[in-house]
Amino acid sequence: MTGLPAPLNAVIPTGASRERRVVPIIELAVLAILLAYPVFVTLLTAGGETLDFNNYFVIRATSILLLAMLAISFDLCWGYSGIMSFGQALFFGMGGYFAAKLATEFGVTNLLLVASAGMMIGTLSAMFVGWFLLLGKKSPSIVFVSLGTLTSSFAAQRLIAGSQWLGAANGLSLSELPTVFGAELGVGVFFYYVALLFLFAAYVTSRILVRSQFGLALSGIRQNEGRLAFLGYRLQIYKLIVFSFAGLIAGCAGAIYAFCVGFVGPSTIGITTSTFAVLYGLFGGVGTLIGPVIGTVVIEGLTVLLSGSDALKAYWPIMLGVIMLVVVSYRPGGLVGLFVTERERFGSFGIVRRLKREAAHDD
Amino acid sequence: MTEPLLKIRDVGKAFGTLRALSGVDVDIHPNTFHGLIGPNGSGKSTLLKAIAGDHFADEGTITFTGIDVTRATPWQRSRLGLSLKFQITAILPELRVYDNLLLALQAHQSIGGLLLSRSRHALDVEIMALLDQFLLSSQAERLAGEMSHGEQQWLEIAMALALKPKLLLLDEPTGGMSPEERRVTGELLAPIRDHCTLIIVEHDLNFIKDICDNLTVLDNGRVLDGGTVAEIEGSAKVQKVYTTRA
Repeated sequence: MTGLPAPLNAVIPTGASRERRVVPIIELAVLAILLAYPVFVTLLTAGGETLDFNNYFVIRATSILLLAMLAISFDLCWGYSGIMSFGQALFFGMGGYFAAKLATEFGVTNLLLVASAGMMIGTLSAMFVGWFLLLGKKSPSIVFVSLGTLTSSFAAQRLIAGSQWLGAANGLSLSELPTVFGAELGVGVFFYYVALLFLFAAYVTSRILVRSQFGLALSGIRQNEGRLAFLGYRLQIYKLIVFSFAGLIAGCAGAIYAFCVGFVGPSTIGITTSTFAVLYGLFGGVGTLIGPVIGTVVIEGLTVLLSGSDALKAYWPIMLGVIMLVVVSYRPGGLVGLFVTERERFGSFGIVRRLKREAAHDD
Repeated sequence: MTEPLLKIRDVGKAFGTLRALSGVDVDIHPNTFHGLIGPNGSGKSTLLKAIAGDHFADEGTITFTGIDVTRATPWQRSRLGLSLKFQITAILPELRVYDNLLLALQAHQSIGGLLLSRSRHALDVEIMALLDQFLLSSQAERLAGEMSHGEQQWLEIAMALALKPKLLLLDEPTGGMSPEERRVTGELLAPIRDHCTLIIVEHDLNFIKDICDNLTVLDNGRVLDGGTVAEIEGSAKVQKVYTTRA
């Protein structure tokens, strides 16, 4: 621009240098480990000539993959949109109960149908809860939303515990095995890879969502909600969309989870599972998507390993509590926060250019 | 005279027992720069916030482009063409300067389009033009929070102007700026007169005198006087308030 002092433009140092991106490396490493794990375990535990495709450690790992989807859905709420959902298991459990009922009452075992039903019920219940909690004229406080979601999850737990039709306190057992295109899937290695496929799909769609222009608006909401309203954003609608999408992922995971463990109970929908979703996220590092996946794998993996020893098993919840306190107090970025800078975590959204050093000299 | 762009009629606002505004009438005409001045606590910011929708007036009406917006939400006012720069800079510090502007420019687009990132490339030209206009081209890749205070103010003005508003509210645009930066800010704002109306709340009376056409003087939540800059400078009432309390 003419007539303006060039020094104002020139004395200021040009932008910060581009940093190496770490997240994609972590993502690829996690994917490689998850892909190789069943092969590794199956070969390692092969007794004599036969390979055991229904190894216990593979079955447990399958359930962990589905819990990782729950953790992703929590991250979308808290890590990306500032919605403190302390009741994410509500949607997970809704999916689980719906799937269990479909299987036991109507004989529906087709995993694709089951997963779709879980997505539907998860989305609808999240929309219903979100409608109450998020759609006020003024933006609701974090405390209001966290108590609201916590109460919803607790209420569902108590309602189900009192309903004979839903198995009351004993929950519902599923003896039916899931099928894919008419073929029985079993619960071993093949089921593991199907679950991994669902986790992968949930991860990729979530990642596209949070890195889109819509994700830019979410990033703004997280940093300065008030400002976004004055720019002309309808915050409540944005939040409701994310909350419902998180419900979709949690519902889908819950429906498959019911088949994986062959059981849904009041604790699946209640506070215990809800709290674990929060723990997975905070431990692994929210606002990164991959952090909660790692958090789930580490926490649940250690739980499985330690359950072998009775002495350690008794102390595990206490140790877990201490680890959580340490992480939340000293590393609010979680495990992933050790490697990923804040700049990378927030990331960039529009076109990224090489720095235009010439621009400063042009004037 | 042309129909006013913004009509404020008999607006009152109380916080508990404190009456911040009472019976305020102001007309803002299109393509003028209008200054709101007055001593501390005279109700300037309260009036500005009532216009922006940060809080609602208790009584009276605010009409913008012929539409009653007294109780409209901030995003509804934004869609009608009203924009605002806060007193405290409210840029998004963790995002690049470039992305701050993208965020402002895409604000009125459909959510579906944003999910598909449809306008990411199309808006590039506008973003680069705004960066250029506000002397921030070399800062595009920096995090907004890393810039100097003056540059953050300019970025925020650029964000407020991104959607070509009909009316822009500026709450202390030169707060914390050096004299040189104030002068540049004045030059940056001058060209927008062709397509935008401006309401400025500002302590720096010299800045206000240089840039504004009309002034409204508030005192104790009431309009003390209003008119052109020359009229206000000659007003005995205003002189009295400013000299007795300065």
